[in-house]
Amino acid sequence: MSEVVLELDGVVKRFADNEVLRGVSLKLHRHEVACLIGASGSGKSTLLRCANLLETIDGGSISLFGQPLGDRRIDPDLVRRHMGMVFQSFNLFPHLSVIDNILLGPVYALKRKRADAYDEALALLDRIGLRDRADEYPERLSGGQQQRVAIVRSLAMQPSLLLLDEVTSALDPTLVGEVLDLLTDLAHNGTTMLIATHEMNFARDVAQQIVFLEKGVLVEQGAPDQVFNHPREEATRKFLERVR
Amino acid sequence: MKLKTDVDSSDATPNLFAPRRRRLFVGKRGIAASSLSTAIVFGLIVSVLFVTPGGATVRYAFFNPHEMWVAWIGNPRIGLLAIRDGIFTNVWMFLVSEVLVLALGISIAWIRFSQSPVFVPFRLLATLYTDILRGVPTLLVVMIVGYGLPTLNFGFLSHQSPAVYGVIALTLNYSAYVSEVIRAGIFSVPHGQLLAARSLGLTQTSTMRRVILPQAIRTVIPPLLNDFISLQKDTALVSILGAIEVTRAAQIFSATVFNESGLTVAALFFLALTIPMTRYTDRLMARDRARRLAGS
Ligand SMILES: Nc1ncnc2c1ncn2[C@@H]1O[C@H](COP(=O)(O)OP(=O)(O)O)[C@@H](O)[C@H]1O
Ligand SMILES: [Mg+2]
Repeated sequence: MSEVVLELDGVVKRFADNEVLRGVSLKLHRHEVACLIGASGSGKSTLLRCANLLETIDGGSISLFGQPLGDRRIDPDLVRRHMGMVFQSFNLFPHLSVIDNILLGPVYALKRKRADAYDEALALLDRIGLRDRADEYPERLSGGQQQRVAIVRSLAMQPSLLLLDEVTSALDPTLVGEVLDLLTDLAHNGTTMLIATHEMNFARDVAQQIVFLEKGVLVEQGAPDQVFNHPREEATRKFLERVR
Repeated sequence: MKLKTDVDSSDATPNLFAPRRRRLFVGKRGIAASSLSTAIVFGLIVSVLFVTPGGATVRYAFFNPHEMWVAWIGNPRIGLLAIRDGIFTNVWMFLVSEVLVLALGISIAWIRFSQSPVFVPFRLLATLYTDILRGVPTLLVVMIVGYGLPTLNFGFLSHQSPAVYGVIALTLNYSAYVSEVIRAGIFSVPHGQLLAARSLGLTQTSTMRRVILPQAIRTVIPPLLNDFISLQKDTALVSILGAIEVTRAAQIFSATVFNESGLTVAALFFLALTIPMTRYTDRLMARDRARRLAGS
């Protein structure tokens, strides 16, 4: 198997007395897509935020390309430049135009020349069919368009992997398709992704690995066919029955 | 059992017309009614100057057109300062103060948000500073700075004009308020904005500068303008230090010719300054509200 990009080993996260992640371990290889499934409150968002160092962990370890992120010499800003993150609520910057949203990272985090990054940003917009909306402000776009812009905003950093947190959950059902299509397209092009999602059909189609979380415990993980069709654990079976 | 929520089973057609007394003021009649009530209210207020026993005296002492004109242009023959000559002092005092207040206010807000352990003493200082300067009356700050700095006998700091001390005092006082306004603006930016910026790998400083502050400033412009209006008026307090500005000139005028019309002129000057700004602030707030309503 190819190189391990992200590895979680026995990760524990607490908020006060509430243990939200209870020793979660998983590996994500280059070009692999893993889908995190589980009920609301099971810890999916927390896991993604811990991976991106937006939260500090209370136990276990996380490493990126074999480098432990708990090491004091690690620069969190450098780590985050290699991990794109897309949120449920898009979080586009409302005071910046679409193109400036995409350019913010390359220009101010990577210190690239605006003119150099500009053409790449336009090409990314072209890819999602929004090139002609480059100079508009996010509020003028539909939810689906905003979320696609948010996805290419992370791609503009040329990250090694993408973390996606229920990116279609805030969308009108008619707009879910266009976002999932973009993600499917990315998956086919070999983008490494860790995706928290409630879209089971999508997960089955794109993922090589399904990870089921319940109350912060990694209950079951495996290939889609195994987890969806022959779940080993009673909890997994119950969860899948409920979401179907 | 019949519940209250049951559909009305009677076949009566409901009456949808407003009661008679509420129909009086719709359409053209509404405009007439509002004009009439405005005229009555304002008429009553002005009539106080005509029906009260001292009304005539007040009219003469405060609203004497001739004296108001003299106060405005001054009279060098009897050593009277012109109020119009004081204007410049007020204007440069508030313009300079406003620039300094904005810079200092943003810096203090920034320091209070900074995470770095090196900043701990500065954070403490900034908190102490805002607590103290918001609590002390502006007039006292003006006097403490205006009498205190010269007494220090400390180089150029102690040899400035009263107006400069005024600017220092107003800046100290108002940057405490403004830093709080800006902090509130920073708090009003959704947490997701910070997460999105940091997840792009932007540093704490870049995040503040490129993402948080631009949005914060936008939302605090109306309250900021309110503070500036108040600052413009408070340039009058510097008269206590002997700076010859509008209020001081008006005071000298009334003390010399025993007529208070100069004070009215000074008041009109401040109104001419602040009313456009209050109107503008109101418009901004209305526009902001409209945009938020459209957005939701
Ligand atoms: N910042 C926080 N402070 C306290 N508790 C939190 C915080 N974030 C998440 N939690 C708690 O952690 C648990 C897992 O939440 P989350 O990771 O958002 O789950 P999911 O994304 O699977 O719905 C929930 O019980 C939630 O209340
Ligand atoms: Mg979540």
